[in-house]
Amino acid sequence: MAECHPVGFQWVTEAKARGAKIIHIDPRFTRTSAIADLHVPIRLGTDIAFLGALIKYVLDNDLYFRDYVVSYTNAASLVGEDFVDTEDLGGLFSGFDPETGQYDESSWAYEPAEAPHASSDDPAGAAEQEAGNQQDSVEASDQAQTHGSGGPTIPAKPKRDETLEHPRTVFQVLKRHFARYTPEMVSDVCGIEPEVFEQVAKWVTSNSNRDRTTAWVYSVGWTQHSVGAQYIRTASILQLLLGNIGRPGGGIMALRGHASIQGSTDVPTLYNLLPGYLPMPHAALHETLADYVADAAGKGGFWGNKPAYITSMLKSWWGDEAREENDFAFDYIPKINGDHSSYRTIADMIAGKVHGYFLVGENPSVGHPNGKMNRFGLANLDWLVVRDLQMIESATFWKEGPEIESGEMAPETIGTEVFFMPAATHVEKEGTFTQTQRLLQWREKAVEPPMDARSDLWFYFHLGRIIRERLASSTDPRDRPVQTLTWDYPTLGHTADPDAEAVLREINGVGADGRALSTYIDMKDDGSTSGGCWIYTGVYADEVNQAARRKPAREQGPVAGEWGWAWPLNRRMLYNRASADPDGKPWSERKAYVSWDEAAGRWVGEDVPDFEATKRPDYVPPEGAQAQAAIGGADPFVMQGDGKGWLYAPAGLVDGPMPTHYEPSESVAENHLYGQQSSPTIERIAGPWNRENPSRSEVYPFQVTTYRLTEHHTAGAMSRTLPYLSELQPEFFVEVSPELAELRGLTNGEFATLISARTAIEAKVLVTERMRPIKLKGGQVVHQIGMPYHWSYAGLSTGDNANDLLGIVLDANTHIQEDKVSTADIVPGRRPRGPELLDYVEAYRMRAGVESGRVGLNGRAPDEDPSAMEASGA
Amino acid sequence: MKTWLDAWPVFRQLTGNDPLGRGVAARSKATEQVVSRTATADKVVKSVCPYCAVGCAQRVFVKDEQIVQIEGDPDSPISRGRLCPKGSATKQLVTSPTRVTTVKYRRPYATDWEDLDLDTAMEMIADRVLEAREKGWQTMDGGKRVNRTMGFASLGGATLDNEENYLMKKLYSALGAVQIENQARI
Repeated sequence: MAECHPVGFQWVTEAKARGAKIIHIDPRFTRTSAIADLHVPIRLGTDIAFLGALIKYVLDNDLYFRDYVVSYTNAASLVGEDFVDTEDLGGLFSGFDPETGQYDESSWAYEPAEAPHASSDDPAGAAEQEAGNQQDSVEASDQAQTHGSGGPTIPAKPKRDETLEHPRTVFQVLKRHFARYTPEMVSDVCGIEPEVFEQVAKWVTSNSNRDRTTAWVYSVGWTQHSVGAQYIRTASILQLLLGNIGRPGGGIMALRGHASIQGSTDVPTLYNLLPGYLPMPHAALHETLADYVADAAGKGGFWGNKPAYITSMLKSWWGDEAREENDFAFDYIPKINGDHSSYRTIADMIAGKVHGYFLVGENPSVGHPNGKMNRFGLANLDWLVVRDLQMIESATFWKEGPEIESGEMAPETIGTEVFFMPAATHVEKEGTFTQTQRLLQWREKAVEPPMDARSDLWFYFHLGRIIRERLASSTDPRDRPVQTLTWDYPTLGHTADPDAEAVLREINGVGADGRALSTYIDMKDDGSTSGGCWIYTGVYADEVNQAARRKPAREQGPVAGEWGWAWPLNRRMLYNRASADPDGKPWSERKAYVSWDEAAGRWVGEDVPDFEATKRPDYVPPEGAQAQAAIGGADPFVMQGDGKGWLYAPAGLVDGPMPTHYEPSESVAENHLYGQQSSPTIERIAGPWNRENPSRSEVYPFQVTTYRLTEHHTAGAMSRTLPYLSELQPEFFVEVSPELAELRGLTNGEFATLISARTAIEAKVLVTERMRPIKLKGGQVVHQIGMPYHWSYAGLSTGDNANDLLGIVLDANTHIQEDKVSTADIVPGRRPRGPELLDYVEAYRMRAGVESGRVGLNGRAPDEDPSAMEASGA
Repeated sequence: MKTWLDAWPVFRQLTGNDPLGRGVAARSKATEQVVSRTATADKVVKSVCPYCAVGCAQRVFVKDEQIVQIEGDPDSPISRGRLCPKGSATKQLVTSPTRVTTVKYRRPYATDWEDLDLDTAMEMIADRVLEAREKGWQTMDGGKRVNRTMGFASLGGATLDNEENYLMKKLYSALGAVQIENQARI
């Protein structure tokens, strides 16, 4: 955090100054470790083993926050009799199909206390939806994920045992599942000494009670794993058991890495989502709007209003064209039916199935793992549009990429037509970024962009305008969604830049009276309201751009609610109803935040209550209640169908209802916990350009992790082009321990070559005790190499591309790659140049028993490439 | 009475009350006339750092329609005026001499860039989008209605504004494109 989010880290140092203990768990010793009270070097890819042991410690020693756990989590819910745990199936849960590599989740369900879908308006429809969710194409396209913060529909209320004694309560199931996660196991698997584990466990648990709370902070060190979603689940379970969610000083904080990466998820340019975490319609499930909202019928919590959210969005997009008789133009939205995420799309490009590509401020040639595979994709397009500030590697691969030197590509054979379109910087346009705490901040425009540089808002508005002109007289029904799209934004200045405030107001939504909505509660499913992204409703409340508020911090309290605007409804802390006990009183004076004021008949506090303002704490939902009315007065998790925090996920994850330690796909160690070595549901993209290093291979004997430096930013276009930053961190290096340097004969300041089944790269060696060899069960010593990933051939500071070393395997929940842990070999000296590099890497592959990675020209399969066939005498 | 000696800093250091020469003794007429760029700016614009997701507030100082300085905004409850090395280098980012500010075009199989007029480029891109959309169109897939194109795809960075992401998703969806992705999944 001190390295990658330095200004945010000031609050950690403030907390430390006020007595907080700071624990840093990281394979590397960094500036964060230097400030921390305790640095815990962990073996890469073993976080579930470590966190799982903390869960066991809490359960075994009765250190959980009992009142919180019983009332606010699903600990008391009963799991059905058909569920079988990893304890009994060698590391697999019940329902696994080895043929498809997928789980049937039905055996993970609760034991119902009522008939299935009893509270639904349409029990048959809801049941059909639930069955439909199990289809392969539905699982592959992330319907599970798109249940979003609400989680999937719970078909029936579960049986409960509030004594938590019944052997099938979630609480007891959890106890059994984590039984083997002992401190000794942590030592064997993570390489963390039992006394260090004990210290962490003591500090965390003694700091989690009525008076105290503990926070966990993570970044892509958790998400970029084949079990990334389950890493975060493990932390969630621990925090719920300790009562650390929805309370000040608690929580799990995702430190995201880009200025508006949170915004890019909320208003998503993601294939499986519509704005506000509504799922993209799926071909097998959502033929009509009624199908699309069937899962919301009778669903508890705020997702029960899904019909109002989607109808309002359709009204924003198609205006008067969206009418009740045409299903509010629902059919105008294209349907998904599989994994259409970016890596799959790259593989499809190499296969010639995708013709055109837009890269908008993204540099996959450097920033994505397996740069070579990405470049092969780009080389097989008909056309490519790159919008950026600088001439990035993804725009020049056809003449300067590493494959030109190796002979795998040649400009005169690459048919990709490339348009480089200069972009405006953040000070040359106005608009909002959403930072990592869901806070929208409006930026004013300082100057006009130079020459042909334009905002992306300009580009898409005018591209849409031109396309609409082309299609204006078309009678083809497929063009009707374009013709009738609402696309009449006012423009400003000589470049005719669209008015970003007008777009923000459309995102906010408008009521039947023509005024900006102030809350999504006012959205209707009858077409009388609009709103492009329901969770952002309120950002333009009272016709005021609330994101532009800049009341100085010194003039406000600690919550600073008048600086910018946070979704939803300017709530700065989610689920803050949990900061009070079931009766609505603060758990303690020290940790008071939001509480029930009986005299006023409402929830009060410094923050906006994340609860219906006047819902009494003793409210009990009447029979048949729906949406938020189905959430009891003591159920803080208002987005969940049952209002509870989930210690166990009866549905919604594709790889299990509870986290389980699996080794990474590329690991040097055996899984000491289960017979199942790595996650059974890992998603793979096979091809000669994406070979995997075999697990526990002597040819690739060291673990590698990638990370950022304080002085550089991701793929480097925003930092390697700047003199100050290039001077501060001028060249690509890798960090190795003195022990590994000794073992491999590496010299500080000299070059070394790293080799994987993908390629070989060279970097300067930094020998440092910041990297520490890790000792495992049986005396195995694991060496870990640290590798910043910012470099490539363009810019002021250049070097080999770290990401070229990595392959692509994915967490099937999220389609995010496991690039925080991989394997490689490292040897002294520089790498071979030209075609010799290919022979060098191929020789390693042969020794490791990996299939050939040789490809035809521009990455096509060798048999598709006439020149390669000729060369091989075929 | 002032003499030529008074203009000599060493003399002032030795005779005045600034023996270490780190204050008034070291000041000259030129020093007195130096004014910070932030003081002479025509306007100060409120912005947000474009690097990581902490969301530090920036003040952008503009003079004669040029950016002369970018600093942290002390009003922010998030950053309290601080910026990290990247945030502090933001002025170089937005005024970089290596920025490409005109359209560059590479023909299929060409070995170098050509220049292209912005309006022409926009028309050409619109043509290509419609052509790729047609080539990759699917009305049905797997016996189900999908009404989409697999002909073109998009990948955005996570420094896009919310408003930009919104227009992108809206336009792409109306065109039937589904392979729309962002750094947010990476």
